[in-house]
Amino acid sequence: MNAIPLDYFLLVAAALFAIGVAGVLVRRNALIILMSIELMLNAVNLTFITFAARWQALDGQLFVFFIMAVAAAEVAVGLAVIISVFRLRGTVQVDEINLLKG
Amino acid sequence: MIPILFFLFAGLAIAAALLMVTHKNPVYCAIFLIITFFALAGLYFLLGAQFLSVVQVIVYAGAIMVLFVFVIMLLNLSEEARLPAGRSYQTGFGIAFAAILAVQLLVMVAAGTRLIGSLTGEAPASGTVEKLGATLFSTYLYPFEVASVLLLTGIVGAIILGSKKLPKEQ
Repeated sequence: MNAIPLDYFLLVAAALFAIGVAGVLVRRNALIILMSIELMLNAVNLTFITFAARWQALDGQLFVFFIMAVAAAEVAVGLAVIISVFRLRGTVQVDEINLLKG
Repeated sequence: MIPILFFLFAGLAIAAALLMVTHKNPVYCAIFLIITFFALAGLYFLLGAQFLSVVQVIVYAGAIMVLFVFVIMLLNLSEEARLPAGRSYQTGFGIAFAAILAVQLLVMVAAGTRLIGSLTGEAPASGTVEKLGATLFSTYLYPFEVASVLLLTGIVGAIILGSKKLPKEQ
């Protein structure tokens, strides 16, 4: 066996995405939730690149390029939000940040 | 050679991702996420996306994770406290829903993609800087400009949100 079926890459991407979802649902630390979101974005990137390789087209790779730009902006703003929340409340545990809870 | 590299990178990515989600200390979580990003860069390389593989290492494993590590250092986070007993059902539900999603995704991919072919020894359509740049600056010129505006907005927003002046809490 000298060839890898391309669906193996899709299976890896699906597993990584599910692990990221588990991280967002289970963890309480806002930083680690943000890291799990990054993991999900990367799983989607892997899917894009797999299909770009399947169709021999570069458009999928360019979408990954744009996703990376969006992810960089998202992380910068998200971490700034986390820092200012930590300054105000002294914690980053999301179940202790309940100011809007009725 | 390709199968060995694939299973190495895929196993490394999934194992490090699992450790990232389960580890208590945020610093170790960040390090495991960096390992995942490196393994994904290897997978991108196998799929013929050379430029994106390098960008993955520079942007994700470099810039973004440095931001994370700096914030962990700034916040001086200790290890995550044990959850109170009354909240453990949330963890159970979270794991259950993630497992349902995982089964759905894996079955869907396994059932639907028998016909998409294999990656043989030759690297497919190579994503070199030259080819990507030619497409980026012709077909995708407007999205490129919009992305630059988005990054500028992100910089300004991060500076505003992270600056010391905050409205006083009453």
